[in-house]
Amino acid sequence: MAIERKFKIGKPILEVKNISLSFGGVKAITDTSFDVLEHEVRAIIGPNGAGKSSMLNCINGIYKPQQGTVSFKGKEIPNITPNLMAQMGLSRTFQNLALFKRMSVLDNILVGRKLHTKTNFLEVAFQLPKVKKEEKINRERSEEIISFLEIEDIKDTPVGKLPYGLQKKVELGRALATDSSVILLDEPMAGMNVEEKRDMCRFILKVNDELGTTMVLIEHDMGVVMDISDRVVVLDYGKVIGDGTPDEVRSNKKVIDAYLGVEH
Amino acid sequence: MKPVFMTYTKKDLINLAICMILSVLVIPTFITTEYWYTSILIPWLCLALATIGQQIVMGYTGQLALGAAGFMAAGAFAMFNLILRVPDLGFVGSLIVSGLIAAAFGILFGLPSLKVRGIYLMVATLASQFFIIWMIDKFGWFKNYDSSGIITAQDIVILGKPFTTPLAMYFVCLAVTTVLTLLAMNMARGSTGRNWMAVRDMDIAAESMGVSLLRTKVQAFAISAFYCGVAGALFAFCYLKSLEPVAFDIKLSFKILFMCILGGLGTINGAFIGAAFILLFPVLLNAIGNNVFHGAIDATIISSIEQVIFGGLMIIFMIYEPLGMAKLWENIKQKWKTKIPLSTNLKSSLSKKT
Repeated sequence: MAIERKFKIGKPILEVKNISLSFGGVKAITDTSFDVLEHEVRAIIGPNGAGKSSMLNCINGIYKPQQGTVSFKGKEIPNITPNLMAQMGLSRTFQNLALFKRMSVLDNILVGRKLHTKTNFLEVAFQLPKVKKEEKINRERSEEIISFLEIEDIKDTPVGKLPYGLQKKVELGRALATDSSVILLDEPMAGMNVEEKRDMCRFILKVNDELGTTMVLIEHDMGVVMDISDRVVVLDYGKVIGDGTPDEVRSNKKVIDAYLGVEH
Repeated sequence: MKPVFMTYTKKDLINLAICMILSVLVIPTFITTEYWYTSILIPWLCLALATIGQQIVMGYTGQLALGAAGFMAAGAFAMFNLILRVPDLGFVGSLIVSGLIAAAFGILFGLPSLKVRGIYLMVATLASQFFIIWMIDKFGWFKNYDSSGIITAQDIVILGKPFTTPLAMYFVCLAVTTVLTLLAMNMARGSTGRNWMAVRDMDIAAESMGVSLLRTKVQAFAISAFYCGVAGALFAFCYLKSLEPVAFDIKLSFKILFMCILGGLGTINGAFIGAAFILLFPVLLNAIGNNVFHGAIDATIISSIEQVIFGGLMIIFMIYEPLGMAKLWENIKQKWKTKIPLSTNLKSSLSKKT
């Protein structure tokens, strides 16, 4: 990138070492290692069933890999759970949308502020001054994110009633509200039209640029991935077949074979 | 509309003022028959309070629990024993402590929710219903070794003043219900309620946002049981004026469940609407039976018709309006609102033409 970045790409913030995950006899991921550097946009690509979402679920603690370790911020994490990772500053979105459907857009994003909410239920019940103060800060931050994502006009709508593209945006907003240092995006652009995709790319880059948030994303659309990511890791049948800058990956023989097929 | 206090809008405050004027001034001046207090208003307030408890665990946190009456029994008998054995606590103190004792049971029986969900959880929570009633029946200590089976509840005395007339008891119930309802609304609209609803709507995502499933579920069960416990104590002391485990059987649990569903899952005002409907509907049917058909229809048939209509309504609501009567009310208000500006627009356009 020609333009000087506000947040320079730094040391590895997230390291995945020799991860193997299988469901019964089916091997989803075999001995996979890669790392994510601070402040970079890192993409994980691969054909269907390559184990990309399983990989994110391992990083996030939803799946427990049979082998291998995940290190975050220089620490190896032994008993990994989604809650623990959230507390350490890793947030995520989901492939099939996991929004709180009956809650409004604003409330969804406010749930993302959970880790910045320290008051307990009794204090909330009696609406003590510190609850009001905290709620005010959380609401202001949420409103900021809402205007950043340009979704002000739908903020009071229940999320379940929104079209798919907007729901994806809300999910990004919820992940942003956590103020995490790393955000995992599971197919943020799936099912979107060209314009929506362009919007989403813009937001991802803007977040990375302005807040320095490290972005790890899974994507099918090769064009999009090559445009926005700093480095790309390619998975096929649960194994890493390519890792490097978009240009390196594009000229990798194995990657071309996996995507275009090989003559036998 | 901008919130006036953090969770209240101006509209809420107006609603609260209207409710308070109605219940404190209008009802006591216009309703003088004891029947209305002892048989309708007092049980309505008590059961609405228990329904709020059920709402918290089922409507807000999405955990199918069935055992509200068990927690009510725990609250009622805790109250009896506290007044009997620790008279220094006073009425309000005993009420709070008996709520806390019910909450302890709530935590214990809420633990299965971490492993099972849906209809299986419902079966697991039924254990609380049967266990609590069994425990009270089995150990005579809880009933102060009374052999008759029905114990008379002690008189309510607050700060040395007796509250024994129906009107006074109504005010006691009203005060407790009002305070607890406001607290429940604060929780439901604040960060606590958001955590509950996040767990209800998508637990995996909630966990990934840092919401602890264990803490949130157990907290909801505890608060729910607290509300049920306090409601149970009031139910026994103000309405039944006696304590017997049979009064808190599974039928009462189902009644509260119906109030919760018909009123509207995930709403606080739905608890009051649902409770009012289920309490008043049989009264209405009886009145119709007596005044329209002049007793030509047998009373047993009327009570059967009541069951049929309840069942039918449950099905209709589940299909057409799962959010219950509270949502229905909301829709009606919405329609009125859209109608009124329309008519004023019409008038102005008409006046322009002429």
